[in-house]
Amino acid sequence: MTAPQSTVFLQHNRVRLALHTLRAGEGRTLLLLHGLGEASPAREPVELVEWPGPIYALDFTGHGASTVPQGGGYTCELLMADVDIALTRLQGATLMGRGLGAYVALLAAGGRPDRVRGAILRDGPGMAGGGPAFNSPFIAHVDTSQKAPPDPFALVELATDVRPADYASTFARQSGQFSGLSQPIMVCARERPPWLAAVMTELDIETSTLHQAVSWYARSDS
Amino acid sequence: MTSDDEYTQYPGAQAPDRTRSVDSNGLRLAVYEWGDEDDPPVLLVHGGFDFARTFDVFAPMIAEAGYRVVSWDHRGHGDSQHAQLYSWQADVRDLLCVVNDVSREPVPVIGHSKGGALLVHTIEAMPHRFSRFVAIDGLPFRRPLPDVAERERVLSMHDEVSNWLDHRQRTAALSRKPGTIDNLAQRRLRMNPRLSLDWLRYLVHQGAREDADGWRWKIDPSLRMGGFGPWRSRWLTDRLPGFPIPLLAILGTENEPMGWGVRREDIAPYLPASARVEVMRDTGHFIHIEHPHETASLVLDFLEA
Repeated sequence: MTAPQSTVFLQHNRVRLALHTLRAGEGRTLLLLHGLGEASPAREPVELVEWPGPIYALDFTGHGASTVPQGGGYTCELLMADVDIALTRLQGATLMGRGLGAYVALLAAGGRPDRVRGAILRDGPGMAGGGPAFNSPFIAHVDTSQKAPPDPFALVELATDVRPADYASTFARQSGQFSGLSQPIMVCARERPPWLAAVMTELDIETSTLHQAVSWYARSDS
Repeated sequence: MTSDDEYTQYPGAQAPDRTRSVDSNGLRLAVYEWGDEDDPPVLLVHGGFDFARTFDVFAPMIAEAGYRVVSWDHRGHGDSQHAQLYSWQADVRDLLCVVNDVSREPVPVIGHSKGGALLVHTIEAMPHRFSRFVAIDGLPFRRPLPDVAERERVLSMHDEVSNWLDHRQRTAALSRKPGTIDNLAQRRLRMNPRLSLDWLRYLVHQGAREDADGWRWKIDPSLRMGGFGPWRSRWLTDRLPGFPIPLLAILGTENEPMGWGVRREDIAPYLPASARVEVMRDTGHFIHIEHPHETASLVLDFLEA
């Protein structure tokens, strides 16, 4: 495995987050967000060759080279705050998220419309979470004998968290109202959990190819 | 005696008979017990931004009747370890770790405020582990949002999210504000306006520590009241009609900052016919602190019914 060009560690409360530089340079910044149980890629994905600027990738709390906390307690809102710490460092970026990272990219696009210059949502692990509704209450037994990272608590908690469609819509609406972008979210995904269907309805968007999404946000006037 | 030492005592307050810790997947939780070790256990669960020692008057009254009363500080609260992460699921799992440590037989449980809501979830998930449930202003309920224009609602949600993100940016360097015992009690008084200053000064001794530059509440400074998220209280209230064990709800009548303002008429449609509801007149959110004798008497009557 090739190591990324360089890695910096950013402090988020008691967690150290690993932010990897996959391609250094000037211009529009792209930040990659991995899926549930994954880590940042070691090198820049081939399909991003046309991206004109620097490319970074963040390891979420409990994943990759970031801290694995004691005793779980994951929420997607917490991961949104991970992204916000990286966005401060990068002074804004276009986000590209896979699965869980796609949902977190949506939250960040709504929560920080001034720092997120568009979010590309792609298929990947953890896309649907625990579905749109709270089902029978249960308390999962987490197999802590598993080697971490990824944190076994993250695997359980972020595959079962509830993602109501109207909650996701609220974030889509925030990005629509406050980002100033004509297309704050672009969807390049086949999986269509209720939260994502609601976002597409809210913003009245269809799916795009990755090429379309990358070239759209690469444009200086997008 | 210095002025600070005056408040190490409070009428009727008793320190726990035993303190220990329980490990919740690597996180240390501070556990407190009042009463004889061989007596049948009762679990007592505090609310958000509280800690187990707020039961110093109420718990001994239950113990006195022949119970081993067990409580603990939630993660990040009181003497429990400050965690890297906090969530509803994590609090529920911590709760189960303490219950598992106390007994594998069904136990009666009492929850105040958020402690009651955590118990509703846990009891629904594992009804075989619990025998009776007392909610002291501890049933989840939220009135529908006020009817404001959509754009206003999005803006207010957005403010909440961005304020929280700003807070998260600062957490790595945050610490609680230091002060005298009186400063801390006065600050707490804003959140607990119906409780006496003497009681709050006593609480400072239990829930704060003295550093070189003054007293600080022990609670993790990264924790914040309120907030946003996908959680909806109706996910729990809609299941209350089928609640699996006997339930006693004790409600107050007066709204205050940390309370939920739940009234009998709000919650009654959600309760099973067998549920008992007791309303204490002219009482706020901290029912067991304002009226410990009456609350203990209702609870004991219910536990022994």
